[in-house]
Amino acid sequence: MDYSQFSAMIPELIVLGIFILVFLFDTFASESARKADGMLTTVLFGLGTVAICFTGCLPQECFGGMYVCNSVSFALKCILNIGVFIVLVQSLQWTDSEDMKMRRGEFYELLLATLFGMYLMISARHFLLFVIGLETASLPLAALIAFNKKHYESNEAAAKYIMTAVFSSAVLMMGLSFVYGLSGGSLYYNDVAAAVANGEMSGMLIVALAFVLAGIGFKLSLVPFHLWTADVYQGAPTSVTSYLSVISKGSAAFAFFVIFVQAFGAVYPEAWEWMLYGIIILTITVGNLFAIRQKNMKRFMAFSSVSQAGYIMLGVIAANAIGMTSMLFYILVYIFSNLGAFGVIQAIGNKSGKLNMDDYKGLHKSNPWLAFAMTLAMFSLAGIPPFAGFFSKILIFTSVTASNSMALYMLVLIALINTIISLYYYLLVVKAMWIAPEDPVVPAFRSACSERFGMWICVAGIVFIGLVSPIYGWLSEMSNLDASQLFAWLG
Amino acid sequence: MDITLPILILAIPISMFLILGIGGVKMSRKMAGVLGILGMGTTMALAYTVAFTYFFSGDSAFIVDGIRQQLQVFDVTWLAFTEKLVVSIGFLLDPISAMMLVVITTISFMVHLYSWGYMEHEPGFQRYYAFLSLFSFSMLGLVVATNIFQMYIFWELVGVSSYLLIGFFYKLPSAVSASKKAFIVTRFADLGFLIGILVLSFYTNTFNFAALTSDPASALASTGGATFMGASVLTWALVLIYVGGMGKSAMMPLHIWLPDAMEGPTPVSALIHAATMVVAGVYLVARMFPLYLVEESALTFITCVGAITAFYAAVVACCQIDIKRILAFSTISQIAFMMVALGVARPELHDAMGYMSSMFHLFTHAMFKALLFLGAGALIHAVHSNNYTEMGGLRKYMPITHWTFLIGCLAIAGIWPFAGFFSKDEMLAAMFANNWIWGAWMTMVAGLTAFYMFRMYFMVFWWEENPHYKEHKPHDAPWQMSLPLIVLATVSCVAGFIPFGELVTWNGAPYHIHIDPVVATTSLVVAVCAIGLAAWLYMKKNSKPAAMKNAMPTLWKAANRRFYWDEIYMFITHKIIFNIICKSIAWFDRHIIDATMDGFAKVTQRTSVAIKGMQSGSIQAYVLWYFFGAVLLALVTWICLL
Repeated sequence: MDYSQFSAMIPELIVLGIFILVFLFDTFASESARKADGMLTTVLFGLGTVAICFTGCLPQECFGGMYVCNSVSFALKCILNIGVFIVLVQSLQWTDSEDMKMRRGEFYELLLATLFGMYLMISARHFLLFVIGLETASLPLAALIAFNKKHYESNEAAAKYIMTAVFSSAVLMMGLSFVYGLSGGSLYYNDVAAAVANGEMSGMLIVALAFVLAGIGFKLSLVPFHLWTADVYQGAPTSVTSYLSVISKGSAAFAFFVIFVQAFGAVYPEAWEWMLYGIIILTITVGNLFAIRQKNMKRFMAFSSVSQAGYIMLGVIAANAIGMTSMLFYILVYIFSNLGAFGVIQAIGNKSGKLNMDDYKGLHKSNPWLAFAMTLAMFSLAGIPPFAGFFSKILIFTSVTASNSMALYMLVLIALINTIISLYYYLLVVKAMWIAPEDPVVPAFRSACSERFGMWICVAGIVFIGLVSPIYGWLSEMSNLDASQLFAWLG
Repeated sequence: MDITLPILILAIPISMFLILGIGGVKMSRKMAGVLGILGMGTTMALAYTVAFTYFFSGDSAFIVDGIRQQLQVFDVTWLAFTEKLVVSIGFLLDPISAMMLVVITTISFMVHLYSWGYMEHEPGFQRYYAFLSLFSFSMLGLVVATNIFQMYIFWELVGVSSYLLIGFFYKLPSAVSASKKAFIVTRFADLGFLIGILVLSFYTNTFNFAALTSDPASALASTGGATFMGASVLTWALVLIYVGGMGKSAMMPLHIWLPDAMEGPTPVSALIHAATMVVAGVYLVARMFPLYLVEESALTFITCVGAITAFYAAVVACCQIDIKRILAFSTISQIAFMMVALGVARPELHDAMGYMSSMFHLFTHAMFKALLFLGAGALIHAVHSNNYTEMGGLRKYMPITHWTFLIGCLAIAGIWPFAGFFSKDEMLAAMFANNWIWGAWMTMVAGLTAFYMFRMYFMVFWWEENPHYKEHKPHDAPWQMSLPLIVLATVSCVAGFIPFGELVTWNGAPYHIHIDPVVATTSLVVAVCAIGLAAWLYMKKNSKPAAMKNAMPTLWKAANRRFYWDEIYMFITHKIIFNIICKSIAWFDRHIIDATMDGFAKVTQRTSVAIKGMQSGSIQAYVLWYFFGAVLLALVTWICLL
């Protein structure tokens, strides 16, 4: 075996290295020193992120083609790393509490383990490796969701998550076994693609497609595979919720893109374009319809994220290089906007335990900066110019309309109408904070340094990412580099 | 010519506006006032330099073989619609723009200085100076426009600054509604202007004045004989452009905003609503005069509108009580005078003397009308009322104001040797040269002018003393206010001797003014008789005016109510437009459009409630949904494909 292949896995190795360091430190350091767990992880991870971003990537296939290192996956890993870094920063205050004394290290270890799994999902070009990555990402997440183990909701959420995860894994496996049968005994994406391209449309293939879609749709919380989302988002600790909502979703979306475009690309116009078409409409609409009636902020964000997942999927249905670019861009923007919102929710939750939208009334009087950050996040999620969310939505719509198909124009129209609905509920939050005449429920407080730092990063991202076009240009360059490989089998 | 000075002339006022507008809040009043005055003073000095260089340097760029040239000092492309249709921003120097530079900066500087005293105790003093600077900038930009589109842009800017200044006392409901009225009426007229510009540029493919006016015949040819409703499209374009001028210059029936605009501070009325902005319409016609010459029907239209307006405004002015309103109607009447002079000008009639005299009157009128307004401001400052019924016998208390005001009245009445005599005489001569009807009609208006001006003069300074003077003794204004009065009075005395014909003519060739003895004598006699009549009626307190009023109560009331123009407008807008048209549209909006939107919202909400059962909270149900979802997805696809 050629061990030099491991050099292609630098991001994975760095995450693994940090994981081991944190694990060792947490196990052997004295009790007082362990207080620094969070700071240590954050700093190490920050350095690691910088290292990953600057080492760049040398496109190559390793381990017999199971693992691939290419420009887009590298770009996505950079994006996810930024998101994880913000999550880590935001969680510092929460893990600092007395209640977390014994478990603080575990939080970081589990989180890094899931990230490792997600990296594998992203880079996998073999279904076996993909499943391993998926499970590595799923199981520790269940433990993370149950992290507030004395809270009933946290446990309930974890139970719901693990049950649905197991079920979805079963369905996915079922689908993959059909795939295995179809391709004549290979699980390499390329072999599957060749078999699909040469074979005929069959019931087996359709069932395989539907089950694989359902299996990954679970991670993305696409409707109707999303029902766990609200309960889990609400029950899980806020740091875990924000992690689930952006990082987990971003990596799954990318894996979804690669699997469907690369492995099943041949039947795009015949089969899965229309499956996805229906799913996207359902996801965006149902997510919105539920979101408009939520009172709890975390539940509200859960349905908002369901709907946002539908928008992310628009990049997949476009199935072109612009689609890939705009999906990456959307994920990047979504990370900043969503984490901005969760940052505020977490800061307020940590301080006062208030999580309902009604508690946000009059927030601008007691905590104007928090209200400001939340407003920007909501504007960006709703896609109001000139904030980043506007540009990401525009780009993803552009990618869909690039193919000039009437059906896809209709899809964009439906998505646009849904944007209006989403505007309503995002602005409900803004209205509660700025316009509601009531006296503030949340008393004035000064958030912790780490929280403020995290929020400033998000605010800067929301304001500048859309306006700074080199970012999009870089992502576009990355996608174009891999376009021939990605879209080789597209029918 | 070097472009530094022209750019500075525009740059100083706009930067003053920005400095005072943004930083004014942090400044003391004195600082803001001094800054504004200094800025305007510098602009005035620069404008004088430019104008004097243009007129008197004899440089070959400005004058060739005794013909004054039109010169684009700079002209940079700003917006290119098509290859030919290009909007540029530039600086045009020719006799009328140079003359306007002098007029605008002089009056503006006087008003800046005067306002320092007049507005001293008003809140928002800094804002006031900022707006004055904005206005000066816009007006200067308007007169130096190299193309009609640039003119339109500044035209609107002038409208905005006028709106801001009329509504300066924004806590007074009357000021607010007056500013709205002014803005809406002029904006409505500008719609005509814009359509005219579009029609004209559509056929001629250019906005540029030089290109349009240097060869008007080709402009006519480019329309290819196209007609619309019996008139050629060029006539339509020119008349529509003139409609814009009617709005700004308050020609009938768009004059209704100007009297109400007197709600603004008095110095503003002097600057904007007497001397500069309201003559923009005259300037516009003069600027495009060669084009109008091609379409004489448009000129006839201008003449008719002007003649009617001049008479109407003069009659109304005879029956007003508010001195600013009298001056406002007098302004309308005088501007109409200039319009008629332009309308009757033809190159074959004494080298278009009408054009020259109209510009001459624009110049002299700006000086003595600003003087009269500033004098009225001093009066209002002293007695705290706009009505002459609160004044009377003021000549003893306010000698400076009295003498300067008298000079203004003599100038506007056209008495030798004051400025108005010369310009008015030339205008009347031009009218007689065209058709004796115009001449006779306008001589009558000139007589009315002398009458109502002296009626006001006698009512204010003679008649009988107001008993209130004993408690509150009126006195002359502080030096910041008196100095502009004296300066302008001096100018009004000597401006008539300027050899205007040598400087400003329609084609740049000098014209030697010679007084037509018949016309001059007639107009002088008429003016003196009118003044005599006014003196007989109003010099000493007596019952003759009341008796006259009671003899013809209907006529007096109609004239006092401005012949019910406002009521007619009110009827049309409120009763017809608001009640019938707007109400039905509002109904449609509320019951059809809004209801549809509400319906959508309701459907969304209902659906949201209807599907809430999906999120039951029980894990079994979730997994069931999941499974059926996946199976259904497969089934549907299967059915569709196989």
